[in-house]
Amino acid sequence: MTSPLQRIAPYLQVAPLTLVLLIFFGVPLLVVLAVSFFDYDEFDIYPAFQLTNYLELWSPTSLNLYLQTITYALVTWALTLAIGFTVAYFLVFHVRSFIWQMALFLLCTVPFWTSNIIRMISWIPVLGRNGIVNQSLIAMGLAERPLEFLLFSDVAVVIAYVHLFTLFMIVPIFNSMARIDRSLIEAAVDGGASAWRVIWEVIIPLSKTGIALGSIFVLTLVMGDFFVVKIMSGGQSASVVLALSNEIAVLQYPPAAASAVILLIIVTLMVAAILRIVDVRKELAG
Amino acid sequence: MENSVAKKRAGTSRRKISRRKFLKGTGAAAGLAAGAVTGFPTIWAQNIKDITLLQVGGSYSSIIDIAREATKDLGFKIEMQNLASDALVNRIATQPESLDIADIEYWMQTKLAPRGVLQGIDLKRFKYWDKVVPIFTKGEYPDGRKVSDQGTLPYEVQYLEAQDGTAFAKGPTDWASGIPTVFNADTLGMRPDIITRPIENWKELLNPEFKGKTAIIDVPAIGVMDAALAIESRGDIKYGDKGNMTKEEIDKTIAILIDAKKSGQFRAFWTTFDESVNLMASGEVVIQSMWSPAVTAVRARNIPCYYTPLKEGYRAWASNSAPMRHLTGLKLDAAYEYLNWHQSGWQGGFIAKQGYYSSVPETAKQFMSEDEWNYWYEGKPAKSEIKDPYGSHMENAGHVRDGGSFWERMGNVACWNTVMDENRYMVQKWNEFISA
Repeated sequence: MTSPLQRIAPYLQVAPLTLVLLIFFGVPLLVVLAVSFFDYDEFDIYPAFQLTNYLELWSPTSLNLYLQTITYALVTWALTLAIGFTVAYFLVFHVRSFIWQMALFLLCTVPFWTSNIIRMISWIPVLGRNGIVNQSLIAMGLAERPLEFLLFSDVAVVIAYVHLFTLFMIVPIFNSMARIDRSLIEAAVDGGASAWRVIWEVIIPLSKTGIALGSIFVLTLVMGDFFVVKIMSGGQSASVVLALSNEIAVLQYPPAAASAVILLIIVTLMVAAILRIVDVRKELAG
Repeated sequence: MENSVAKKRAGTSRRKISRRKFLKGTGAAAGLAAGAVTGFPTIWAQNIKDITLLQVGGSYSSIIDIAREATKDLGFKIEMQNLASDALVNRIATQPESLDIADIEYWMQTKLAPRGVLQGIDLKRFKYWDKVVPIFTKGEYPDGRKVSDQGTLPYEVQYLEAQDGTAFAKGPTDWASGIPTVFNADTLGMRPDIITRPIENWKELLNPEFKGKTAIIDVPAIGVMDAALAIESRGDIKYGDKGNMTKEEIDKTIAILIDAKKSGQFRAFWTTFDESVNLMASGEVVIQSMWSPAVTAVRARNIPCYYTPLKEGYRAWASNSAPMRHLTGLKLDAAYEYLNWHQSGWQGGFIAKQGYYSSVPETAKQFMSEDEWNYWYEGKPAKSEIKDPYGSHMENAGHVRDGGSFWERMGNVACWNTVMDENRYMVQKWNEFISA
C-alpha cells in the first residue's frame, strides 16, 4: 500500500531540475526559435513568420563558414584524440604506482589553473615572426627566414584548440581505461595477442565510452568557439559563432537566432551520431 | 594677487578655490590664472548633491579621471561606463533610460537622433559655443575653407530644429544635437626602423613590398574607409563619397580586398587597441591602420613608430555628448552644468596629453603647460620631456608631434568616420572578406 505522498515523491524529486531546465533552457530556446523567423531593421525586431533568415544562410559565405568550422572541429578532434588516448594509456598502463598516476594526472590539469584566454594568448609570442619557435629554428639553421604560417593562420588556431581542449579528452578516456579489468589484458597476452592487438581489440573497445564523451566535449567546444579563431587567426578566419556574434553586435537578432538554431541542429546530430555508435549510458552503468 | 584676478575673471566672489586646483592653474603658465577658476559649481540647489549622472561612452572619451574631477568640481556625482561602439549604439537606442549622458561619435547621431532618445541642447545655456572650433559650428576651417564632407561631417548633424527635434537642421540653430568634446585625425602607423623610405600615400597599405606585414582594423565601418583611402590612392577606384559608397563601389572595394588577402598582403585584422599595439611592437606588422595613442604606446616600449601624415589626408573622428531625452528639472540643469564643465578646460588638458584635441582648445590651453601646448597643438619641438596624463614618460625633449600642428593635421581631413546608407550590405560584404 503506497501513500499518495510516496506516489508523487519521485515527481517532487525531479521537479526542481525540471523547472530550472524549463525556465532557463526550454523557454529561452523556444524564444530563439521564434525570433529566428522574425523580421528586423536596424534597431528593432518585428514578430513575423518568414524564412528569409534561414534562406540567407544558404549562401556561399555561410556554407564556407560551416565548412571551415567543421574542418577545425574534425582536425582538432583527431589530434586531441591521438594525444589524449596516448596520455591516458601511458598514465593507466605504464605508470604502476597509484600515487604517481594521480600525481601525473593532476599535473595534466595544472595549465587549467590559469584562464583559457591567457593560455591561448601565450602562444602569440611563441609562434610569432620573432617568436621563440622561429628564433630557435633560425638559430639552429633549420630555417632561413621566419615561418610565417605559424601565427595568424589556421595552424595557429588548431594548435591553440589542441592545447586548450586535450584535457577534455584525457579525463574521460583515463576514467574508462582505469576501469578495465587487468586480467582481460593478461588473458589476451596469454592468448598470444601482440601489444598493438591488445590495444586495438581490448583497450579501445573498452575505453570507447571515454572516447565518445571526450569527442562530444571537444567537438561541441570547437563548434561553439569564436574567440580562439578570432585571436589566433589574427582576424583572418571566421567561424559560425564569430559570424553570429557579429550579427548580435549590430542587433541583427533574427539572423543570429536562425544561425544558432542551425548550429544547434548540426551539433545535436553530431552528438546523436556519437551516441548511436557508443551507448554511453549503458557503459557508464556497467 | 592672482587669486583676485581669477575671482574677477570668474565674475563671482562666492566660489571657493581649493588649494590644489589653484596651484595647478597658476602653476600651468603665467597669465593663465583663469584656468584656476572654472566657475563651478553654479547651481546651488539644496538637493543637488543627491544627483548622479551616468555617462556612457567610448573608453577614449569617457575616462574615469574626468568623472572624478567633475564630481569634485560640481558638487554632484558623475559616473562613467565604457562600451565599444556597436554596444554603445545598441544601449542608447534600446535602453535610453539606463543612462543620462550619451557620449557618442558624430556618426551615431545619424542613428540615434531620429529615434528621439537624445534631447537637443539649448546653446544659450552652453557658455563656450562661440569658442568651439569652426569645424563643428560652421563646417569650415578658420580660413573659410570647407571641411571635407565625405563620411559624417559633424556639422551636418550638429544642429536640430528644436529641443525635441529628430531631424538635423541644414544650418546653425539654437539647438545642438550634442556638444563636441574630443576629436582627432587618424592615419597609418608604421615602423620607421624597418621601412626606411618615406611613406606618403595611403596606397602603401596595399603595396606588395609589405606583403604579409600590413594590418587593417576589423571594424567594418572604419576598416572599409581605410581600405577605400588606400584603393583610391592607388587609382583603382574613384569614389563619389568614400563615406557613403554605392553597392557597386562596395562590391569593387571588397573584391580588391579579397584579392589582396588571398595574395597574403595582410598579416592580421585587429579589433582592439592593444592588438594593434602588439602587432606593431612585435614586428608582425610594419604598416597598418592605427589610433594615435596606440602609436604612442608602441613608442613607450622604445620601439620606433611613426604616425605618418599622408598626402590624401586623414580619416577624422569626433565625439559629442548629449543629455538623454528623459532628463528633466534639476537633473537636466545638472547635465547642462556638467556639459559646461566638460569643455571648461580640465578635460581638454587631460585628453590633449593622449594626443586628442578638445573642441574648445582655448580652455584646454589653460590646463596645459606652455611646452605641452606648443608640443601637442602647435607642432613645435618639445622643450622638456612630454608626459601622458598620468605622468608617465611619453616623448623625449626635442621630439616633434607626427604630422605637426593642430591645423596641419585637422586641416587635411579626407573623410570622417561614418555609417553608410548601405551599411548592412557593406557589413555583409566585409564579413565575406574576413572569412574569404
